[in-house]
Amino acid sequence: MYKSIIIVIVIIIATLVAVNVSHEDEPANLKLEQLKQKYAFKAVPSVDHHKLDVLHKKFETPQEVTETCLTCHTETHKEVMASSHWNWDRLSYVKGKGVYASGKKNVLNNFCIGANSNEKSCAKCHIGFGMDSNHYDFTNARNVDCMVCHDNSEEYFKGSSMAGYPDRTVNLENVAQSVGLPTRNNCGSCHFFSGGGNNVKHGDLEVAQLSCDREVDVHMATNGMNMECVACHTATNHQIKGKLYSVSTNNINRAKCQDCHTTTPHFNDVLNRHGSKIACQTCHIPEYAKVNSTKMSWNWSDAGKLKDGEPYSIEDSLGNHSYLSIKGSFDWQRNVKPDYVWFNGTAEQYRLGDSITTDVVKMNTLHGSYNDRNSKIIPVKIHRGNQIYDTEYKRIIQPLLYGDKKGDSAYWNDFNWVTAAKKGMEIAGQPYSGKFDFIKTESYWPLNHMVSPKDKALSCVDCHTRTGGRLENLTGFYLPGRDTNKTLDAVGKWLLIFAVFGVVSHAGLRIGQDLKHNRYKKQVIDHNKEEQPDRLDS
Amino acid sequence: MSKVYIYKGFERFWHWSQASLIMFLAVTGFEVHGTFDIFGFEKAVAFHRTASWLLLGLIVISIFWHFTTGEWRQYIPTTKNLKEQLRYYLVDMFRGKQHPTKKTQLRKLNPLQRLVYLSFKLVLIPMTLISGIMYMLYKSFDENNIVIVEDYPLEDIAFWHTLGAILLIVFLIVHVYMTTTGETPTSNINAMITGYEDLEDTPKTSEKKEEEKNDVNPTKKVKQ
Repeated sequence: MYKSIIIVIVIIIATLVAVNVSHEDEPANLKLEQLKQKYAFKAVPSVDHHKLDVLHKKFETPQEVTETCLTCHTETHKEVMASSHWNWDRLSYVKGKGVYASGKKNVLNNFCIGANSNEKSCAKCHIGFGMDSNHYDFTNARNVDCMVCHDNSEEYFKGSSMAGYPDRTVNLENVAQSVGLPTRNNCGSCHFFSGGGNNVKHGDLEVAQLSCDREVDVHMATNGMNMECVACHTATNHQIKGKLYSVSTNNINRAKCQDCHTTTPHFNDVLNRHGSKIACQTCHIPEYAKVNSTKMSWNWSDAGKLKDGEPYSIEDSLGNHSYLSIKGSFDWQRNVKPDYVWFNGTAEQYRLGDSITTDVVKMNTLHGSYNDRNSKIIPVKIHRGNQIYDTEYKRIIQPLLYGDKKGDSAYWNDFNWVTAAKKGMEIAGQPYSGKFDFIKTESYWPLNHMVSPKDKALSCVDCHTRTGGRLENLTGFYLPGRDTNKTLDAVGKWLLIFAVFGVVSHAGLRIGQDLKHNRYKKQVIDHNKEEQPDRLDS
Repeated sequence: MSKVYIYKGFERFWHWSQASLIMFLAVTGFEVHGTFDIFGFEKAVAFHRTASWLLLGLIVISIFWHFTTGEWRQYIPTTKNLKEQLRYYLVDMFRGKQHPTKKTQLRKLNPLQRLVYLSFKLVLIPMTLISGIMYMLYKSFDENNIVIVEDYPLEDIAFWHTLGAILLIVFLIVHVYMTTTGETPTSNINAMITGYEDLEDTPKTSEKKEEEKNDVNPTKKVKQ
């Protein structure tokens, strides 16, 4: 007896010792250390443009700056003019549609609808000067705006509704002398404010990222890696890596987490394996619009209400416009949990002139499904709205929104859909029946920024749970912990009940019979005997 | 009656470690399934995987043991006495009759046990094991970044694995209950713990042929 107790104690002690000896703290992630080391060094430019005599002069027009740039960078304009930032267009092959040109030139969205006919205002985010109509000369290298991307003085900015020209207050000489690699400021001046305000469109790109902490954006945080956009969005010949799928269609030249982090970034094999079906962003961007709100919906049909004949606005508790006479009503949200969709890297967009075939018009469609080998689950912001369409021809209408003065049919001046629609379609060269109504629209914005620190990433039960998980609405595949075979579970339950019932009734019968025949009693009485008695009736 | 050493050391170790591993796998497995919440999903998955590796190792060793010791012969199925054995459990035992099959060192299992344990070893365990290995390797990459298990749907893998788990629990319930049907309610369990069981005396010449003769049911013999 003592021997077995000692054995048990020895085994327990041995186990405890073994557990403690074999336990290791999580080793340092050398891959990550290497990356951090690599990006800790900031590039030092090999040319100080302040020292170039050619830039020390009074520039009358921004085109003069461009011409001066090209005296040294003699062929660079060719690269820039082949880019989508210049052309607002990109050719790509779409299965079933053939070669397909898409970009801001011809794609509509459910924010300010489209650039066509509104160039003068929209060109604030074009890398050229003087784009005031859809008859822009895309071959004129003098109009390439080098400064908007390369100004490091933080002085340069484009004027509102000035067709892409810089604001008149900008000191061009100063800007020209302080050019360098694009900073967050340069990229952000357009990409943070797309849609007409901070964080309106993307939800994961906004001014807060110029100076934020690691909780907001682990890559761009000033108390973290403090990375510039171009660290990931690298470029060869001004062709910048990375795509925004509200305007892009194909699966090439994408910027991917794996480019830096490899396909096996975790120590845990189970986590790495998730990478075959789940994008990094899905777990590592648990929420977006972490600092400032983003626009979740936009109802154009509410636009046009006036107070005393004048347009007005209403603000919500966070100071965001919930209503604007020129634009309609909006819904803003902060700290939003993403929606999740399958995505294989290809997409298509609703282009000016396309027919409406569904009740809810998808302004862009992200292709992908569980059965597609190349598809992964990604987080998206879904922006919902309604907008004006031609009830006869079944097309989304491109209205004229921006105009210089009252009476030129622009909606933002005249608040008249009839004339704005007619004029807009006329300028865009599109047929218009004259009959319009409003239709529901949706657009999908893949989320790639505002990556959280790893301890804030989603955990297993955020998806692997019976109800209320992040992927609750993404059905059509088996997700362990969420999905079960209802029939099998029911059969299993009844099998167990049946087994227990069978065992209990069998035992009950045995006990009953034993009691009836006094078998137990006899055994008790005979306990002094040397051997157990035979059974009563055997 | 005499005490007979019927379950060898390894056999007992194998039985109890397999039993506890299967029970632990059931608890963690059904937590992953979403039936209840004990360790938390993440830990349940990790524990389930570790335990499954232990069980796999144990099974490999026990297969080796069965073949090297010849113990596998214990599971050779037979229809001899099968009906009687079944009738014993369903009817005769309530009447206080004796077991129709005599248990000996070389004949530990009655014909019903042989059938059940054999199908346990040849159907239930392989089904759960293979589906479990496929589950474990699902979407795994090898060193060439090739996905190992992909084309077989996870839904089906999970179906077979869950079915195996359910049947294992049913087996467990019935099996534990059946241990109480020995000479006394605890004699079978005691035997599996100590290795010794009180068995009816067997002839000294414990040769196989003698055994078989003794084993045959008298009534059946008459018929023959």
